[in-house]
Amino acid sequence: MIYIHILIMAAVTYLVRMLPMVIFKKKIESNFIKSFLYYVPYAVLGSMTFPAIFTSTSSIYSAIAGTIVAVLLAFKEKSLLTVALSSCLVVYITEWILRSMNLN
Amino acid sequence: MVTDKLSKSFFSGIKDGIPIGLGYLSVSFTFGIMAVNSGLPVWIAVLISMTNLTSAGQFAGISLINAGAPYIEMALAQLVINLRYSLMSLSLTQKTDKSFNTLHRLILSFGITDEVFAVASGKPHDIDIKYMYGLVTVPYWGWAMGTLMGAAAGSIMPESVSSAMNIAIYGMFLAIIIPPAKKARPVLWVIILSVTISFILHYTPYLNNLSEGFVIIICAIAASGFGALFFPVKEVAE
Repeated sequence: MIYIHILIMAAVTYLVRMLPMVIFKKKIESNFIKSFLYYVPYAVLGSMTFPAIFTSTSSIYSAIAGTIVAVLLAFKEKSLLTVALSSCLVVYITEWILRSMNLN
Repeated sequence: MVTDKLSKSFFSGIKDGIPIGLGYLSVSFTFGIMAVNSGLPVWIAVLISMTNLTSAGQFAGISLINAGAPYIEMALAQLVINLRYSLMSLSLTQKTDKSFNTLHRLILSFGITDEVFAVASGKPHDIDIKYMYGLVTVPYWGWAMGTLMGAAAGSIMPESVSSAMNIAIYGMFLAIIIPPAKKARPVLWVIILSVTISFILHYTPYLNNLSEGFVIIICAIAASGFGALFFPVKEVAE
């Protein structure tokens, strides 16, 4: 029972990843599709980040603080790790302040 | 010389995978806790993580397992939630070099996650299999180990730490999309459009019933289509 559920989960998840990779082997010639695929990562990551980032932590205020810091550091072209860890740190500090002020 | 270049490529993949793996620890830790709290044994939680390697799909999966959902419902739910990977896979085929033969495609496509895709597509040049094997290694084991620790240890991580770690993935996404948006105005417009549609779909009554996977697909197709129509890129793949 549970094994069949897991098998179905794994198989469907694998197929959606694997089929396009194996079927499309050539470089696409159409400039429209090429341009479309060039923009896909930015569109995907943009929609995955917003609005989800604002509800990713336990308080909207800490999330906003973390978002501002991440945007600023990303704008300064800091590394992925620097941006990610700095926003975590800011969230942690903000929530600590909120807790000590009893605003959380 | 050749070996040097290839191993450097593998290790640069490993290096790029470390922040992803760290981010995965906290998410999969949460998954492990949830799976065990819902009544699944520890090793089943780890088995799911090691065979699926996807966040939203797995969280939905355990609730469907516990609800005793029909198999067809499980298959459809996973298809809808994970269909975005097809778009990412397709996009990546335009960034892979000749070393990606069918066998390597069969293996490496298993490791395509949102974050792996984000980092790989952020590379300024085509990627080879060595880099890709390096890139997926740390995230894969981070995902498996995080699940094991979460499932085995339960909620030992303080709430304040896991709350802070949840934003890591999004911080990473911003670090990937903002620098190119600074340099190319069309990229900025595509991001703004995608984010706007995402907000609308999340906060409009009825539309906010759409699954997360569908929201991403709609945003991606609308915003990328807009970009391709109004700002065609001449030498994207050169």
